[in-house]
Amino acid sequence: MIDKKWIGHELPASVLPIERSRLQFFAKAIGETNPVYTDPDAARAAGYSDLPAPPTFLFAAELDSGASFQLLDDLQIPIAKLLHGEQSFTYIRPACVGDTVTVNSTVSDIYDKKNGALEFVVKTSRATNQRQELVAELRTVLVCRH
Amino acid sequence: MTSPRFDSVQVGDELPALHMAPVDRTTLALFAGASGDHNPIHIDIDVARRSGMPDVFAQGMLGMAWVGRLITNWAPQTQLRRFDVRFQGITHLGNAMHCSGRVVEKLEHNGESCVRIEVQSTNQYGQTKIAGDAIVALPDRH
Repeated sequence: MIDKKWIGHELPASVLPIERSRLQFFAKAIGETNPVYTDPDAARAAGYSDLPAPPTFLFAAELDSGASFQLLDDLQIPIAKLLHGEQSFTYIRPACVGDTVTVNSTVSDIYDKKNGALEFVVKTSRATNQRQELVAELRTVLVCRH
Repeated sequence: MTSPRFDSVQVGDELPALHMAPVDRTTLALFAGASGDHNPIHIDIDVARRSGMPDVFAQGMLGMAWVGRLITNWAPQTQLRRFDVRFQGITHLGNAMHCSGRVVEKLEHNGESCVRIEVQSTNQYGQTKIAGDAIVALPDRH
């Protein structure tokens, strides 16, 4: 069983600089063809300062920093038993190339179903930019299946 | 791009669907690098097999990114307010995902005229792998 003492645990901050070549790589990886996500001129014509991070990109912050994998280690969840159950984003303002986004997360709940056969970890996150403005809020539900 | 207008959108309207090519290993490798998800279970068949899986399988966030494309193809991302999904099944190699969305509600959300869209991603066998919804703000008529 995952120790419920981890409820309230704050992950170390993850800092993600939004970089043009990374966003272009991400666009290629998801098959994005809308030039707003690959061509800075098209992005500016659409009202952005530069290429915008697409809707799910900020999930990368805690993968790049290692915070996501450290959490699995801390909670002793083997990768072989891990599933991504749910993912939510609430958007406040865009993050564009040149911005630096910081993600701060807290383990907000741990519970189980089916007499412990499935355990759930809920992580809530705030993503802010270099001006300390809120960019997005994220909610992740991880599932550990036994 | 132009946005649909609140007055011209009706409950029941379908978003233009997005049809993805069958998932292959190259797609998974590129997404691992681009997303920062270096979990080897998605890119290394030896690790996948040791974990009890028959083969590597798609990252959940890859499927969510495709559904995100469905939404931002329909309305600019600056109008996207919420995007929530549940991962309902594993997307396997060879699965050709069909992302679809339908307007299910017109509502006021934080003082803005918005629509709620139900979205899903289903493979060629009719198995839904991702289901969820999005709230999108739409401009009123001038």
